[in-house]
Amino acid sequence: MSPLRVQAGGLGADQIQQIQLGGKMSDLRISSRGRVDHARPVRFSFDGKSYEGRQGDTVASALLANGVHLVGRSFKYHRPRGIVTAGSEEPNALIGTSRGPGQFEPNTRATMQEVYDGLTTESQNKWPSLKFDVGAINDRLYMLFSAGFYYKTFMWPKSFWDKVYEPFIRRAAGLGRSPTELDPDHYASRYLHCDVLIVGSGPAGLAAALTSARTGASVVVVDEQSEMGGTLLSEPSPMIEDKSAWVWLASALDELAGLPNVRLMNRTTAIGYYHQNMVGLCQKLTDHLSEVPADAPRERLWRVRAGQVILAQGAIERPMVFDGNDRPGVMMAGAAQTFLNRFGVKVGDRPVILTSHDSAWHTAFDLADAGCKVAAIVDTRTDIPPALMQAAMSRQIEVLTGHTATATGGRSRVKSIRVNPVRGGTVGTARTISCDAVLMCGGWTPSLHLFSHTKGSLEWDAKAKAYLPGHKTEAVHIAGAGRGLWGIAAALEDGAKAGADALRDLGRKAGPATYAVTGDRTGTGITQKELPTDRNPSSARAFVDFQNDVTAKDIRLAVREGMRSIEHVKRYTTNGMATDQGKLSNMNGLTIASDALGKDIPQVGLTTFRPPYTPTTFGALAGYHKGSHFEVTRKTPIDSWATENGAAFEPVALWRRAWYFPKSGEDMHKAVSRECRATRASLGIFDASTLGKIEVSGPDAVEFMNRMYTNPWAKLSPGKCRYGLLLGEDGFIRDDGVIGRIRDDLFHVTTTTGGAARVLNMMEDYLQTEWPDLQVWLTSTTEEWATIAINGPNARKLLAPLVERQDMSDAAFPHMSVAECTVAGFPSRLFRISFTGELGFEVNVPARHGRALWEKLMAAGKPYDICPYGTETMHVLRAEKGYIIIGQDTDGTVTPEDAGIGWAIGKSKPDFVGKRSLARPDIVAKGRKQLVGLLTENPKDVLVEGAQIVLDPKQAKPMKMIGHVTSAYWSEALGRSIAMAVVEGGFDRMGDTLHIPTADGGSQAAKVTGCVFYDPAGDRLKVE
Amino acid sequence: MLLIHCPYCVDTLPELEFAYAGEAHIARPANPMSQSDEEWRDFLFIRSNPRGLHAERWRHIHGCGRFFNALRDTVSDKFSVTYKAGRPRPDLEKAVQVPK
Repeated sequence: MSPLRVQAGGLGADQIQQIQLGGKMSDLRISSRGRVDHARPVRFSFDGKSYEGRQGDTVASALLANGVHLVGRSFKYHRPRGIVTAGSEEPNALIGTSRGPGQFEPNTRATMQEVYDGLTTESQNKWPSLKFDVGAINDRLYMLFSAGFYYKTFMWPKSFWDKVYEPFIRRAAGLGRSPTELDPDHYASRYLHCDVLIVGSGPAGLAAALTSARTGASVVVVDEQSEMGGTLLSEPSPMIEDKSAWVWLASALDELAGLPNVRLMNRTTAIGYYHQNMVGLCQKLTDHLSEVPADAPRERLWRVRAGQVILAQGAIERPMVFDGNDRPGVMMAGAAQTFLNRFGVKVGDRPVILTSHDSAWHTAFDLADAGCKVAAIVDTRTDIPPALMQAAMSRQIEVLTGHTATATGGRSRVKSIRVNPVRGGTVGTARTISCDAVLMCGGWTPSLHLFSHTKGSLEWDAKAKAYLPGHKTEAVHIAGAGRGLWGIAAALEDGAKAGADALRDLGRKAGPATYAVTGDRTGTGITQKELPTDRNPSSARAFVDFQNDVTAKDIRLAVREGMRSIEHVKRYTTNGMATDQGKLSNMNGLTIASDALGKDIPQVGLTTFRPPYTPTTFGALAGYHKGSHFEVTRKTPIDSWATENGAAFEPVALWRRAWYFPKSGEDMHKAVSRECRATRASLGIFDASTLGKIEVSGPDAVEFMNRMYTNPWAKLSPGKCRYGLLLGEDGFIRDDGVIGRIRDDLFHVTTTTGGAARVLNMMEDYLQTEWPDLQVWLTSTTEEWATIAINGPNARKLLAPLVERQDMSDAAFPHMSVAECTVAGFPSRLFRISFTGELGFEVNVPARHGRALWEKLMAAGKPYDICPYGTETMHVLRAEKGYIIIGQDTDGTVTPEDAGIGWAIGKSKPDFVGKRSLARPDIVAKGRKQLVGLLTENPKDVLVEGAQIVLDPKQAKPMKMIGHVTSAYWSEALGRSIAMAVVEGGFDRMGDTLHIPTADGGSQAAKVTGCVFYDPAGDRLKVE
Repeated sequence: MLLIHCPYCVDTLPELEFAYAGEAHIARPANPMSQSDEEWRDFLFIRSNPRGLHAERWRHIHGCGRFFNALRDTVSDKFSVTYKAGRPRPDLEKAVQVPK
């Protein structure tokens, strides 16, 4: 069927692959090398095909062992891409992993995911298949997708934005696919304190850990890898203290593991470095396991507060920038060395080394010693240490110094590299070398991302040709390759010193530590821009940022188009803005940009790294805060009764409140209408326990109340209560509530349900900082009281027989009274107040008696058909009376006059919070939005809360809006809809008709009225 | 997360226990009604918003509940010193540094 099969003469796909690779797959795995368990094969799948790996493999090493380099398509051009690195900096080999429903994870680095039996993985950014991808047409159209193409392409016409551009960008943007099911895993979270936190367990980190730990200091060592050891895992040949590197590593780890003051954490990434030495760690706990223990958290987020932090994160190898440097099979030399020495995998049989640093020469030697035919070492430099030249010669490796690379050949796997000599700045005649891997090294970038999180400065070091740590803002030490040092001996020595320095800063003293190292592979290199070419550089596909598909040409284009700051170049080209945050690309991009700008690298500067160091799951960040643990649910003492009696609930602030009590067959509208009728006709009962309550006590309590609230309090005698209004100092309404004077020196203040904490904070603020001379004590008593509101013409008939120590007659206990008495035998603060317009009482009893009182009242109310009602009926009943809800009918810009409650202001008081602001020019100006009632022309129309109001619904859009609807309900008592609204100059529009445009393009007409729709004279409060 | 020294508890505690409360040393005028519109505007709205040391109020809301003042660098976020409400802004040269 496929042309390939015809050409291959009927061979199966696997055989074709073997032929293309020029060898048998099993040859790529060297069972005498590596730290994987060759006796424990593991089966996993990639794109539906089963592969064998070894226990200890990553998906990347296992695929490479099977000869698979092509693992994904690139983000913009859909170019075939292979594995580039062996670590978390991997830009290309992003895969989807799945364990079951809801456990799909996109964008996992194949170089970090460990294989286990049954692991299912897939490639990304391809359709219909990885080998044949339709989106690769983008690659042919690359000239359209150059730097800034989003800005240039999606400009006009404006009408294309919604229908064409945005859907296109949304489909094209992003990597991988999002999981659609809920994540069934759970994630843990912990705090940790230690003397020394060491990030990185390579030679520098281990030496620092040994030095610190031997003093007894509490030490935490973290490493993102499955195994500790860092570089040592890829460098078995040197001898440390007369032991081979791996034997020394094992003994060092044994010593540390045996110390009670040391915690070693592998598979743990330091994701962010925050103020005062707080470091966030994300520890992966189960992603490597075939069988996950029940209830095991998948990841754990640690917040570590460390006395001293030692960053020993090493350095990251830079790619070479040349045409075709993204072809699968082109990868970092250091990665090839890791795959060989740590995993026992040859990345190819016939590699070419392309380098400007000594380190890649050692990779060539290791590969040659493992049986590879190293086709050539191509070095851009001309001065090579003689020892390296000799070592290459002894292995019969061809060496091409002073050379550039100008192209690669092959489709989904590199087959050849085109190299040219460079003499005196001139690129000479090309030569093509056939190969099956290109192993590049453009030098090493110290890994200082975490240091950068602390706003520590990075300073250019001309000698190391790298940005090195400069000014520090935290108690931090950097050791090893992070400081531009190279080689195991230097790293060990520097790590030991960093450990000693950290202990000195903690006021402790560390013993000396020196390490004798032989066979160390030190070296140097140079930093460079894109490699010179004899071809037209503007058609070169020389990638700088593999993940975001940014080429050298894009960066030069950005500079030509006027980008001068590296920050602008970054954003215009998106270089370094992918999920790897430019771990590979930043320095190359900077080098090319500074060349294009004609400036030195340090003059161009560096962009800022931000947390997290590597992509982190939302699950880890959310931790326990999900589902019912997302936030607390406050429940009243009567909540259980409401649950048992079928209440529907609604959240109000952190409370859950009974919303309505549907009887069988009732919807919300029917239930609320019934509750409204029952309350107005006879008797309703309502759980008002969520009201905020604050006790204001002390000799100066009345003076304090006078200063805080707008109302006058001096003449309110004990046993009376009053509606209290609280403003901000800016004159706008903040809160309200009924306030009872229990004694001369004791006020029972109620606040809105959502405002309790805010009001107490505001009171404390004034009391502590403005009026510390006042003798007043403030106590939150919200949860100490259960509050039950009894409303309706039969309210007194219900209560009077149950009340002791208080005459309940209208004369003895008139409207706006408060008394301490007992109700149904419970000690109580009884208020006669009404939020419904009916005869009303609010009974406060200690919270523990709340449910018992409720049940006694329900039983005693049977003769009056007592009806429990919820917050919705409460809202309707109060709106019928025009009582406002703070935060619904007001929005932080409403004054008492605007709300029509100017009567609540004690005009003769010399001062109260907000008084001066009520005379501000803007507050007294005409045309302010004022709270009015609205009656729709069609009485059946219930307006939509939040709907905008206009004078003329036929005017052109955008219409002039003069206000909005704040409350709108069906009023059962009136048999029609009612609404409240804030309207510009509303008080002067009484009787006018206004219009409320609706979402369907129509409009509703409504007449402006006062806010009191029901019983305006208040006769119903006066039931004898 | 910052560590903040509460001058009342005499303890250095995580930021989670505290709430920010705006610029410090802006006293409510003794007689607001005698203030001109401009003076009152300045009291209500005008803040220094410096780059560098900023005198500001914090409340140990999940601790002792007290309001106190602090000098904090708005560039580095770091606290230089915290002090009790009602005390004058300290001269940093003489101030006791916050223990680490």
